Amino acid sequence: MAMSDDNKHLQVSIWRGKSEGRFVTYRVPARDNQTVLDVVTWVQRHREPSLAYRFACRVGVCGSCAMTVNGRPRWTCRTHVRKVARDGRLSIEPLRNLPRIKDLACDMTPFFDKWQRAGGRFKGAARRGDPIPRLERSSPQRRAADAAIECINCAVCYSACDTVAWNPEYLGPAALNRAWTLINDVRHAEQDRILSVVARDGGCHACHTHGSCVEYCPVEINPTASIAGLKRHTLRRLFASGDS
Amino acid sequence: MEVRLFALQRVSAMVLGPLVMVHLGLILYAVGGGLTADEILARTQGNVGWAIFYGVFVLAASVHAPIGVRNVLKEWTPWRNRSLDVAMLIVAAALLAMGLRAVWAVIV
Repeated sequence: MAMSDDNKHLQVSIWRGKSEGRFVTYRVPARDNQTVLDVVTWVQRHREPSLAYRFACRVGVCGSCAMTVNGRPRWTCRTHVRKVARDGRLSIEPLRNLPRIKDLACDMTPFFDKWQRAGGRFKGAARRGDPIPRLERSSPQRRAADAAIECINCAVCYSACDTVAWNPEYLGPAALNRAWTLINDVRHAEQDRILSVVARDGGCHACHTHGSCVEYCPVEINPTASIAGLKRHTLRRLFASGDS
Repeated sequence: MEVRLFALQRVSAMVLGPLVMVHLGLILYAVGGGLTADEILARTQGNVGWAIFYGVFVLAASVHAPIGVRNVLKEWTPWRNRSLDVAMLIVAAALLAMGLRAVWAVIV
């Protein structure tokens, strides 16, 4: 594999295959403004029509294009090549901690299953005829929920987390962060159920507060803080009622 | 159970924090005149204060250590089932028994 031979081209190594596979290197024209997703798209259109990868919105909203770029999890549509390339080189592979399907696409099923297992589905307490509850935007609860609510489900945190890699039962930062938003949502009807499911094996207490999720979250959420909030609430619940 | 273990480990850590400081200091002092159990006992025996100090120490350590080892084993080995919990209970009991035996020697 040659060094990038000029500053007009990038040397891009892309993972081909499933869990068994290899990196294939492509020479891709360098542009002044170019995202990692642009590079992958160029390779698919001009060199490798069978290259599998996922994207939808291309503007950092849908959360489907996350990949491992030069060893770090990134949202590729908003990651500029010039910020991550080293000597004109890029290595692009699927996210860590998820089963690989083909090339850059991984199976997101465990990620979303854990989202559900952490009690992430909203369940309202109000009925059709009830008045719409007023949300006090300045209340501490709402502020806590708002700080964590903008998750785009990209699984970058899940891929960055060492605890996920070590403990297959661990729910992971995104699912626990989602649980935290519902704990702080006054309209949600099942706060107690959430506190019970996140206190199980593989729940919030498995977090080591390494903070990789905070480091790599593309929308600058702090899942570590959310998980710390869950730890506090589960402890309070234990001391208040003896439930665990 | 996880939240109970989490709480127990934090509380035992809070207890152990200051005790370990004193313990480390005591080690420096105690090794001065020989390291055998008899020599150390000769300097500590009959002191109820040290007996209480190390009684609490042994209790906190035998709660704290097995919980931590359980977490490490769960993450670094495939041993994650009930038998691990039982094994850790045995470790806790062993630590408690050995520790309290040493404390008992200080009292009598």
